[in-house]
Amino acid sequence: MMNNPSAPAITFEKVSRYFGEVKAVDQIDLEVIDGEFFSMLGPSGSGKTTCLRMIAGFDRPTSGQIHLYGRDVSSLPPYERDVNTVFQDYALFPHMNVGDNIAYGLMVKNVARQERTKHVDEMLELVQLSGFAGRKPSQLSGGQRQRVALARALINHPKVLLLDEPLGALDLKLRQQMQVELKTIQKRVGITFIFVTHDQEEAITMSDRIAVFNQGKIEQIGSPSDIYERPASSFVAGFVGTSNLVSGEIAKHSTGSEQTFSIRPEKIHIGSLSDTPHSDMISMDGVIRDVVYLGLFTRYLVEIEGGVDLVVVEQNLKSTSMDVLSAKGQKVRLSWHQDHISRVGG
Amino acid sequence: MLNRISTYFFRRPNLVLAIFLIPPLLYLLVVYLGSLVSLLVNSFYSIDDFTGMIVREFTMRTYAQVFNITNREIIFRTATMALIVTIVDAMIAFPLAYYIAKFASPRLKTWLLIAVTIPLWSSYLVRVYAWKLILAKEGILSWFIHLFNLTDALDWLLGLPGIGGSSLSLSPIGMFIVFVYIWLPYMIIPIQTALERVPGSLLEASSDLGARPSQTFRTVILPLAFPGVVAGSIFTFSLTLGDFIIPLTLGNSKFFIGQAVYSYQGTGGNVPLAAAMTMGPVVIMVLYLLIARRLGAFDAI
Repeated sequence: MMNNPSAPAITFEKVSRYFGEVKAVDQIDLEVIDGEFFSMLGPSGSGKTTCLRMIAGFDRPTSGQIHLYGRDVSSLPPYERDVNTVFQDYALFPHMNVGDNIAYGLMVKNVARQERTKHVDEMLELVQLSGFAGRKPSQLSGGQRQRVALARALINHPKVLLLDEPLGALDLKLRQQMQVELKTIQKRVGITFIFVTHDQEEAITMSDRIAVFNQGKIEQIGSPSDIYERPASSFVAGFVGTSNLVSGEIAKHSTGSEQTFSIRPEKIHIGSLSDTPHSDMISMDGVIRDVVYLGLFTRYLVEIEGGVDLVVVEQNLKSTSMDVLSAKGQKVRLSWHQDHISRVGG
Repeated sequence: MLNRISTYFFRRPNLVLAIFLIPPLLYLLVVYLGSLVSLLVNSFYSIDDFTGMIVREFTMRTYAQVFNITNREIIFRTATMALIVTIVDAMIAFPLAYYIAKFASPRLKTWLLIAVTIPLWSSYLVRVYAWKLILAKEGILSWFIHLFNLTDALDWLLGLPGIGGSSLSLSPIGMFIVFVYIWLPYMIIPIQTALERVPGSLLEASSDLGARPSQTFRTVILPLAFPGVVAGSIFTFSLTLGDFIIPLTLGNSKFFIGQAVYSYQGTGGNVPLAAAMTMGPVVIMVLYLLIARRLGAFDAI
């Protein structure tokens, strides 16, 4: 093989995929580093799944090239790529039991039955399903099917594992548990994971790096904290977490520039009008228009000058619901550290 | 008033179920199973050779007659034809069904399905007679064969012992062609339906895990389409077993089960023998279904 171990796991060079007039993926350049947990995050129709399908080989770029460890795989069929996929609907073979499903990748390579059984047992242990080999997929719960799909995709020791919204169908508790488990398994097997999701929290929890997709293009690539703390565009600021976008006159008033900036709700401090904020803080007066008590924290809607509403979140360290709900209508002084704003252009 | 009736039924879902289910169940029980039972009973009666009257006493004599050499040959001949027709239909139907289910655009799919089912809109008899003309000695097919200088090949084919004849329309080969044509839609539709239910992601997963297209076909597509093939083959096999129009219209003078039954009970008035003869296909079909179940044809249902 012409693989180069020091090359990036995946490289996209000006990759486009058009469906008729629709530019599903538009001139994307991308590098996924060997061994990292890389997430492709974006709303539906943003091109993230098409990118994943092109890496797997189910779809081919209209133009551009995809490299897998330095080798051009753009026109190779899926069965000649060292890449395996965990499908959104798991795609387990309904006519085979769990053991045969997991062994499938070895079976098509004519690995002897004894050898297969050994590997299947290892995989079942990895995904904590020992003893399930004889069951049919229809006899498993959603979470168990998910694990079987993962084991099946890992048994060939692929260079890159692709995960297409694999946790989408699970309930919240199970999803959070699987997030931790996926991360653990990734560290144990040391394989590059590419994870497609529309759930920003999931991407932030699990990833080493995230690419935020929008309308066939990548808006930003960076670590979870980069993406969250320093959104590069108003789209990223809005899609990843909640953000207050401030522009025009009001922006000029607080930063000296009309350029739009974003500030996260939890970075804003609510104080009384008598407070004098520190010199590197920016402050602004407003009226609390709405209060939503959420148990762990409270969300305020504060109207500042010019009729602009800012969302502010404060943890309920001492306050009870009685305290916070009575705050409605109060005049307050908002303040935030000038380092906590991100200029997002426009 | 109407409201009160609705409420009355709403509170008694079992009554609603009964009202809807009892008529078809009765029909099934009385007409279908009832006639089968009466067939079974009749097959254990016999006919008085002298008076020609049915003797309503339990006897195995009629079954002994079924297994005489002539009738054994008839059953064997019919079953062989049914088997070959089924295999060939499955082989022709599969690629087409696969294309319709997995590749054709929605628009083309509609047109192809109409094309497959259109022959069923016209009378079966008309189509059989049309084929008789097509296959006749002076028919259009002979004309084509002549046009391509293949007359010698046709003569050789018709000269084969057992399946040949004086012309295509008077030979088992001709019958075979018409059987394959007539039952083909009954094979395409169930296979297409079965393939339609196979999610595309399964085929992608197979390929993703390293299976070449031929392996995917063998290990994923075929097993999952198998129930459809079995369903289709039940149609083609049993329809061929019981048919008497095609052998009557196209074949040579050798009988098929349908013709035998027809002549025993019609011309011969031997209802017990006709009934016993009919039990042949029933037994063959039951055996066939048992084997299909063994092979796992119904596991995915």
